[in-house]
Amino acid sequence: MGEAGDRLTRGLTTVRGAASELLLRSAVVVAGLLVWQLVTMAIESAFFPTPLEIFGRVIETWFSGSPGTLFLTEEVGRNVAPSLMRLLSGWLLAVALGVGLGLAIGRIDWLAAMLGPIVQFTRAIPPPALVPLFLVLLGIGDGMKVGLIAVGVLPPILLNTIDGVRSVDSLQLDTGRVFGIDRRRRLARIVIPSAMPQIFAGLRVSLAIAVILMVISELVASTDGIGFGLLQAQRGFRIPDMWAHIMLLSILGLALNSGLTQVERRALRWHRGARRRSEV
Amino acid sequence: MTVTRAPRPDLLAVAGLCHTYGAGAVATVAIDDLDFEVGQGEFLSIVGPSGCGKTTLLRCVSGLQHPTAGTVTLHGEAISDVPEGMALVFQDYARSLFPWMSVSSNVEFPLSRLRLPRSERRERIGESLAAVRLDAAADKYPWQLSGGMQQRVAIARALAYRPEVLLMDEPFASVDAQTRADLEDLVLDVWRRFSVTILFVTHDIDESVYLSDRVLVLSRSPASVVADIPVGLPRPRDQIETKSADGFVRLRAEVARLIRPARGAETAGTSI
Ligand SMILES: Nc1ncnc2c1ncn2[C@@H]1O[C@H](COP(=O)(O)OP(=O)(O)OP(=O)(O)O)[C@@H](O)[C@H]1O
Ligand SMILES: [Mg+2]
Repeated sequence: MGEAGDRLTRGLTTVRGAASELLLRSAVVVAGLLVWQLVTMAIESAFFPTPLEIFGRVIETWFSGSPGTLFLTEEVGRNVAPSLMRLLSGWLLAVALGVGLGLAIGRIDWLAAMLGPIVQFTRAIPPPALVPLFLVLLGIGDGMKVGLIAVGVLPPILLNTIDGVRSVDSLQLDTGRVFGIDRRRRLARIVIPSAMPQIFAGLRVSLAIAVILMVISELVASTDGIGFGLLQAQRGFRIPDMWAHIMLLSILGLALNSGLTQVERRALRWHRGARRRSEV
Repeated sequence: MTVTRAPRPDLLAVAGLCHTYGAGAVATVAIDDLDFEVGQGEFLSIVGPSGCGKTTLLRCVSGLQHPTAGTVTLHGEAISDVPEGMALVFQDYARSLFPWMSVSSNVEFPLSRLRLPRSERRERIGESLAAVRLDAAADKYPWQLSGGMQQRVAIARALAYRPEVLLMDEPFASVDAQTRADLEDLVLDVWRRFSVTILFVTHDIDESVYLSDRVLVLSRSPASVVADIPVGLPRPRDQIETKSADGFVRLRAEVARLIRPARGAETAGTSI
């Protein structure tokens, strides 16, 4: 690496490193967009509209409403809202089920012995492979989509919760026992907080899978939703619309992920501090 | 002040206690046939070479561990689970604190089940944190503190709980000499004020004699009782006066001599 590179890496490790890193990262994003813009302008292909064009289409389609509706268009209610509903109900259902079941399996030995192998097996199933099964079982309605998402994202939540519960420090549990803390309070005040970092890891993975399953289920069998809109655009050869849907999906994924990150940051402040300490 | 206290009725009795970890080829005999009694309100120090089974003994007494043989009785009843009114300051203090709770929440946590009025709870937390000189750190988290400070949080937590029996496993191992002396006097003060019964494991011979009514010397692994030495020194004890008294010096030498053969030939240091 040259002198400039050396200076760059050294600069990144200083206190000012955080700011310069942010600057560097946004510079890379801007540069990437610029290259994308220039290349698409140069090749003038109908299949590859420029990013400005795509972005304009996104604004026009979903974010050009009146101030009274927070600038959202009717199209948002028609196609984005149903998608979000499916995504969130499926995911929340899986969170409730996965965390609850995970706590039980993690804490109760005979349950773990009984259900452990099954749980391990479910991890190996690629979630999209469940689509045909759910089509047969639940038809093409919302039930199929919510069910598919819930079942598809359950394994990572369940496995991470079990892992988190199993790796609670035995001395912390002993401390609770010595001071006469009953089982229920040990669960609430020791086991759950201690497993929280792992549970959040599961939530993050599952949220990404939930978006994938939502799109797939809407591509396969739907009469509304973002995936349906994407398919319609493709069938009508509205290439810029197609790209706009893809961009909307990535914006949605980013927004959901950063929302979860915010919650995690608040809930796990102690964990980041404790980890930083143990690295020293 | 009286020179020796009147004999106390037995509160705790350890009889024929044996504990073996694992089984078969990997079995480790940690304790081999321990017998001793502890009177109500007595201060008992336990000394013995490293790895001889002191932590195991405290875990059995606290009911956290079922011994493979023998019994521990408290108030004449055999212990099968953790009894009420007992507290243990773990040797591994850092792991026994909860990193997601602030220092004051850590101290408060055991109090939650005692159903104390809010004011008394606050008072106990403040008092015990002040006693270990950590009032300024009440809102910090354990991982923001040094090792010695964490150890003092663990001590404050046990003191605020005001147990009937307090088990302490090398509680002053990570603090400096001056803090150690202060904490010794603090424990003596709490012991007297609340008539706690204390089992105190230590590696420090001076400390064991200075604090206690009796010193129990354990053998090398597996632990058995080598000697049970009454400490007849007057109370209240004083860091300088007591430690320079003839009786203290004699007892200290006696304990040291008892530990020496137990340690075998490989070491010749001044502490265990
Ligand atoms: N969980 C365990 N599993 C297997 N063996 C153990 C376990 N805990 C302790 N031992 C063994 O039992 C013996 C006594 O251990 P213990 O921790 O009680 O000693 P100790 O007297 O407290 O030592 P120290 O003074 O170093 O703290 C040791 O040989 C140790 O290796
Ligand atoms: Mg020990």
